[in-house]
Amino acid sequence: MSARKLSAVLATLLACTAAPALAQSVAITGGKVVIGDGSDPIDGATVLVEGGKVTAVGRDVAIPAGVRRVDASGKWVTPGLVVAITDLGLIDVGAVDESNDSGAGKSPFSAALDISYAINPDAQPIKISRAGGVTRAAVAPLGTDSIFGGQGAVIDLGADPDAVTVPRAFQYVELGETGADRAGGSRVSTWTELYNALGEAREIAANPNGARRDDVMLGRRDAQALVPVVTGKQPLYVHVERAADIRMVLKLKQEFPALRLVIVGATEGWMVAGDLAKSGVPVLATPLNDLPASFEQLGATQSNVGRMKAGGVKVSLGAFFDQPRYAPQYAGNLVGLTKVPGASGLTWNQAFAAISSGPAEILGMGDRFGSLRPGRAGDVVIWDGDPLEVTSGVVSVYIDGTEQPLDNHQTRLRDRYNTDNPGTLPRGYDW
Amino acid sequence: MPTMRSALLSAAALGLILTGTGPGLAKDKKEESPAVKAARDFNKDPYPSTYKPYPGRTTVITGATVFDGTGRQIDHGVVLIKDGKIAAVGSSMADMDIPADAVRIDGTGKYVTPGIIDAHSHLGDYPSPAVDAHSDGNEMTNPTTPNVWAEHSVWPQDPGFSRAMANGGVTALLVLPGSGNLMGGRGVVLKPVSARTMQGMKFPGAPYSLKMACGENPKRVYGSKGRAPSTRMGNLAVNRETWIKASEYRAKRNAGKLESRDLAMETLAGVLDGEILVQNHCYRADEMAVVLDMGKEFGYHVSTFHHAVEAYKIGDMLKASDTCSAVWADWWGFKMEAYDAIPENAGLLYKTGACVVIHSDDENGIQRLNQEAAKAQGDARRIGVVVPDGEVIRWLTLNPAKAIGIDKLTGSLEVGKGGDVVLWNGPPLSVYSRPEKVWVDGALLYDNQDRKRRAVSDFELGQPGEGDVK
Repeated sequence: MSARKLSAVLATLLACTAAPALAQSVAITGGKVVIGDGSDPIDGATVLVEGGKVTAVGRDVAIPAGVRRVDASGKWVTPGLVVAITDLGLIDVGAVDESNDSGAGKSPFSAALDISYAINPDAQPIKISRAGGVTRAAVAPLGTDSIFGGQGAVIDLGADPDAVTVPRAFQYVELGETGADRAGGSRVSTWTELYNALGEAREIAANPNGARRDDVMLGRRDAQALVPVVTGKQPLYVHVERAADIRMVLKLKQEFPALRLVIVGATEGWMVAGDLAKSGVPVLATPLNDLPASFEQLGATQSNVGRMKAGGVKVSLGAFFDQPRYAPQYAGNLVGLTKVPGASGLTWNQAFAAISSGPAEILGMGDRFGSLRPGRAGDVVIWDGDPLEVTSGVVSVYIDGTEQPLDNHQTRLRDRYNTDNPGTLPRGYDW
Repeated sequence: MPTMRSALLSAAALGLILTGTGPGLAKDKKEESPAVKAARDFNKDPYPSTYKPYPGRTTVITGATVFDGTGRQIDHGVVLIKDGKIAAVGSSMADMDIPADAVRIDGTGKYVTPGIIDAHSHLGDYPSPAVDAHSDGNEMTNPTTPNVWAEHSVWPQDPGFSRAMANGGVTALLVLPGSGNLMGGRGVVLKPVSARTMQGMKFPGAPYSLKMACGENPKRVYGSKGRAPSTRMGNLAVNRETWIKASEYRAKRNAGKLESRDLAMETLAGVLDGEILVQNHCYRADEMAVVLDMGKEFGYHVSTFHHAVEAYKIGDMLKASDTCSAVWADWWGFKMEAYDAIPENAGLLYKTGACVVIHSDDENGIQRLNQEAAKAQGDARRIGVVVPDGEVIRWLTLNPAKAIGIDKLTGSLEVGKGGDVVLWNGPPLSVYSRPEKVWVDGALLYDNQDRKRRAVSDFELGQPGEGDVK
């Protein structure tokens, strides 16, 4: 038997044994379970994960013999948080340039850039976000020299080398003030650049092996990367804030009907909620902008998400680059708004869905993760209290049914310094 | 406001006595040249506050849970605001002199705290919209600019002021220059009230602060310009050389030998006199320890380290020097010197007995200081450090008041202090709660039950969402 055949047999044997599946099986019992799909939490329910996937949730779930049981009585059990549009895995320290892969301003490429090559699953921001209950994220390329940021990825935050759930999950384009700056200084040039680029991609789509015209602007790789966008195979994520820009984005489909658009940012989305709802284009909204930070955000209000939701827009939270683990705080604030006269917010159930199943669905992966409905990934978080409340914290995290380590640089520092008696040797010996 | 005014004057008089140059001590007054006199007797308050409390009614809040800012919690408490001041705080109205026409507010199920105080803000200096034309917070043309005053950059129409009050319950804030310079200039305490002028927001009787900065920012800014400082040791050298000059200036002034005024040196001498508080941006523990020694070397006290993400490593030293740490709850890792930030920073400092202040340094964060403090409380609890709610409220009220030198005037619900009060619609340490009403010196300046009782800045008029709930 050749070595290759031997390893194939071994692999088959390994796949057949129950051990790996059991390692990814767990029954979390007694907790207050949030499915994450907008339904009410269920007290005293069991979440059963088998072979890495949720198989049952409810009060009367039969737990197969041999499955590890975890008592979550008095705790909350939720799906892992899904944060769309982050820079996780691209950065160690933001202001340390050589550790920061979120910008590629000097690259000759744009749309062809593929973020999945750069993801570092060992980066501290991933570990720290995981300890905050974030289990999946959409990572977007940010700064390039073009309006196109390149192709983003969907990742999981598991402590394993296999971080990328879906590479090339979407193309990212800047069409507001940032886009204008990159396109030559004006929104006028932004739109020309965009229509031209999509047009060149359409020509390639129509004639994949044909010669290109002499006067094309995009390099072949960049133009080819936009083919799945114009053919609707890959979503186009568009960052805009201003109401007028949002209206123009929605008009793109008149020229390119196959486009699958997602709007990112949308500070003034509430001003065009009717148009957004009618279009069916989903929105990943930055949650709490309420200052006129720029002239494309003059209408900023924290009621933006609530008003869009009430207006029938498919909206979830996203596009906050500070720390993904702030997602529950942002969602909780939207619940708080419901008590403020004149303000619009979300119900608790809507708010939690806006950081779990909502973004997963916008990413086109609501059937894979983002809720505890059967068949979804066993991404489960146990909390010591209401997960949207700022005083609450994470007790444990499972990804694909595997319990995750929650230690990181911060917890190690905390443990080193949270001692009244440092001992006779300096703290450097305490590890 | 006579009381405040006299407080300010007496502070100035105290300064003169401390310097040893008061009229009674100058022996050879007749021989003094006009230049010497000008350098000594300059007006220390040339841009005086014109703020006057807005009309308020005597108001009594009953039945609420009261956190008085000193750490105390009173269930079903009563707070009486009269003549712009805290007139009474207790658990019963029985002993209170409440006029028949007082506004009575049933606070049952609600919460009362002192007005929230942010010890670190750039509102007005880096206003919204954040366009280049508005970037007025860092005079990065010289590594030491103690001659600049943050108040001279303040744009009172920054919409951030009204957001801070409405969403954050903020009634006082220290507006500081940025941290691009080692000595960035003077900071000013403001009230986030609608006003035509900076002077109309200026907190009467508040001392000035000097903003200083350690670490990466100054050495990056000036190193990239090819000049000193370009290293941390350069930071210290430039600081020390400047303090040496300031010490010489002050000695000369005390001896009556100054020939001319020097704006920069007046600020630094004010620090050495103890009149101007030092607010030192500093992240790393080792650098804070060096700064404390520099303070000893030149005879000044660091009131507060700002950001202080590694304060938890040196809580004992900070306690011993009576230096507050103004910290975020959990900002982390955005720059190298923030790499050792931990969410338990505030909790560990509290455990050590050091002064904790939760600050924002952010036009959005200032709207949620209560939530930041609550996060720090939760993170402390999970390592076994239980901080009572009343103490956490102190991190947002009396402690920042102390850090910026206004603790005799506000920061707690103690009789005689300014009537700076927030009525919250739920527990203030919850993400679900917001200010319902905010009083500043007894005047109701925000009320979420009254859509007109919120300030809309000039900039927002005629814009989308004018007067909108924000």
